[in-house]
Amino acid sequence: MASNEDELQQLMRAGLDGDAAAHRQLLERLSRHLRAFYGTRLSRIGRSASEAEDLVQEALMAIHTRRHTYDPAEPLTPWVYAIARYKLIDHLRRTRGSLADVPIEAAGEITAREDHADAESGIDLHRLLARLPAKMRNAIQCVKLDGLSVAEAATRCGMSESAIKVSVHRGLRALSAAMAREKAS
Amino acid sequence: MKTSELIDMLSVNVEVVDRGKVWRGMATAVGAGTVLAVGAVLLTLGGRADLKDAEAYFSLAIKLVFTLGVVILALIFLTRLARPGGERREPLGLVAMPFIGVAGLALLSLLSTPRAHWAVMIVGDQWLECLLSIPVIAIVPFALVVWAVRRAAPTHLARAGALAGLVAGSVSATAYALHCVDDSVPFVALWYGGTIALCTVAGAALGPRLLRW
Repeated sequence: MASNEDELQQLMRAGLDGDAAAHRQLLERLSRHLRAFYGTRLSRIGRSASEAEDLVQEALMAIHTRRHTYDPAEPLTPWVYAIARYKLIDHLRRTRGSLADVPIEAAGEITAREDHADAESGIDLHRLLARLPAKMRNAIQCVKLDGLSVAEAATRCGMSESAIKVSVHRGLRALSAAMAREKAS
Repeated sequence: MKTSELIDMLSVNVEVVDRGKVWRGMATAVGAGTVLAVGAVLLTLGGRADLKDAEAYFSLAIKLVFTLGVVILALIFLTRLARPGGERREPLGLVAMPFIGVAGLALLSLLSTPRAHWAVMIVGDQWLECLLSIPVIAIVPFALVVWAVRRAAPTHLARAGALAGLVAGSVSATAYALHCVDDSVPFVALWYGGTIALCTVAGAALGPRLLRW
């Protein structure tokens, strides 16, 4: 458990410094923990596995777009758990579920178990992307989906490099918000 | 969408993250809020005209120590509480210290004065102006602080909102002190303390609505 925290924290720090491999590994490991966490929480109140996967993806998106709020002097697990819990409460509120008891002190629960299934959520990324403003959509398409470098994306979209970076960042945040809103409708 | 596809997307071209973002956002919001609040007070109400004698300076200094003390304490707590999970360990009782301190001083000052003067000391000349001005001037700083707090992704919205209200209220009271000529400590304790507390309650009520992310 302690080594789990240490390893995750190292991956997070490396990711914050721009290490893509470490960031991927962090997200993969966290996704397993999140899947186990949401799976148990939601099956207890009779919700489906695909709904749990929606939440896994929402939480991953929130973790990615809010990385700057992690204070490297603090342990990572409580930070992740706080986001996971916030998204769960938000989800239950939006889907009119009863507000389950999710105490803030139970941070250990988030890394207690793992679930390796590569499950599918009900979220349609391309449909959400299509609703973003063109600039954000194009920037995300180039940099995040086609894997172009920021410089290449800037040439293809006819935007400056800093505009590309800003558009990717804002676009991901908008996607993150759209994922949560989608369920309410 | 498969979760592995999402992870693929998020781990392509990973940006270096600026770690001072939360602090800087908060400092910018409070700095800009203070400048705007002071500007609003000086332009609409005007500064104190009596700042010639040492006594007036001393009274102003007491007010500023109180209001700025609250600003700084509240800001320290808010910066921690505004992040995910920040509510886990913050001993929020500490932000009440300046209020307790000023209330204590107010009591001492009342006890050392004849009862006949108490009403004047407590009510002052401009209690109504104080009561209205501080919350109104706090609106713009509050909006700026809310903007900064949202970017830090708080997970306890009522508490983060309360602290945002406290910061905005005390910034506003700091600015209002530059105009106000009611100098008795009981006046400051009651009307400054009271209106700042009011801003805090308003912030707690608005937090869950304004701070969702």
